[in-house]
Amino acid sequence: MSNREWPLWEVFIRSKQGLNHKHVGSLRAPDATLALENARDVYTRRSEGISIWVVESNYVHASDPSDSDSMFEPSDTKVYRHPTFYEVPDGIKHM
Amino acid sequence: MKTMDLQELEKRFQEKIDKEIKIEPNDWMPDEYRKTLIRQISQHAHSEIVGMLPEGNWITRAPNLRRKAVLLAKVQDEAGHGLYLYSSVETLGADREATIDDLHSGKAKYSSIFNYPAVTWADIGTIGWLVDGAAIMNQVALCRCSYGPYARGMVKICKEESFHQRQGFESLVTLCNGTPTQKAMAQDAMNRFWWPALMMFGPSDDESPNSAQSMKWKIKRFSNDELRQSFVDATVPQAEILGLTIPDPNLKWNEETGHYDFSPINWDEFWQVVNGNGPCNKERIEARTKAKEEGMWVREAAMAYAEKRALKKTA
Ligand SMILES: [Fe+2]
Ligand SMILES: [Fe+2]
Repeated sequence: MSNREWPLWEVFIRSKQGLNHKHVGSLRAPDATLALENARDVYTRRSEGISIWVVESNYVHASDPSDSDSMFEPSDTKVYRHPTFYEVPDGIKHM
Repeated sequence: MKTMDLQELEKRFQEKIDKEIKIEPNDWMPDEYRKTLIRQISQHAHSEIVGMLPEGNWITRAPNLRRKAVLLAKVQDEAGHGLYLYSSVETLGADREATIDDLHSGKAKYSSIFNYPAVTWADIGTIGWLVDGAAIMNQVALCRCSYGPYARGMVKICKEESFHQRQGFESLVTLCNGTPTQKAMAQDAMNRFWWPALMMFGPSDDESPNSAQSMKWKIKRFSNDELRQSFVDATVPQAEILGLTIPDPNLKWNEETGHYDFSPINWDEFWQVVNGNGPCNKERIEARTKAKEEGMWVREAAMAYAEKRALKKTA
């Protein structure tokens, strides 16, 4: 048995023109070319996409979920970033 | 991570589950939750892959080009299902190849249904109708599983499964409207697959001790017996449309419960097959082991080629 496994790749698919690439899952492949071909066969058998990105999973850096309270606190406490924070007189339109 | 004792972590975990908040790969989870999922998802993956064998056997013998193209697409989907599931088991920190080696050594199980042979063409239609039908019943429930990657994989799988059941049913409609010999072939397949299909939902609720914990963690949403009953209720009218007889003299509609009653299941047979003594257990594992061992040089060659090309680029 080989003890060197093919690296893991994360797969991102653009479902149609004008939309973002979205993470759909992962797969193993020896290189980027085969990762793209495998991604086509594994994740787009029913016209799910028109473009694929693959990124070796090693290169993905993620925030730590146990730090998420402090990480996202600054955005939770700034209600004035939302339009609903502001009062406008009755009868104002298009604002 | 902030220091927090285990009890507090477990309490918070259960609160998330109760609030229907999905658990994602890097979130804290109890060891047992992780272990249960690794076991369940890898066995699910193995079932998809081993399940390709009985049907794959018929691809070259499909009765016409349309049926052949359909069967090929269905079997290819099952390979895809296996791959989505191996990917989601890896998000739990499990080693994909190690789970596969556990299948080959007999340590890991897979759905016992795939240890029955597909001996006639009618078996292929029946597998699509009953086996994929039972799998769908299970998998629809798993779409709401508390573990995010598993739940998302199930949503994709369920979308693909519905054609599997329909193509099987369509094929049986053709046989049942055909010659008396064709109809008899369909009935024979039904006779052999009905009980094993009901066994796919696993042991009765009072015989499956881990069920309660899985329900509490929302890995499972319905008990084995509940799902089995839903399957029987959904399938009986379909059999009537085909004009096939379900091989159970005690099967009858119960006005009071609003469900079909059916005979007790032969659990002896179930455990025999699960424990390796079904008609095809040996053959299935041999085929999977051979595929890995004899295909290893391809993996190694692809890796060597990739490394050579990477070197050239940096040179
Ligand atoms: Fe499947
Ligand atoms: Fe299927």
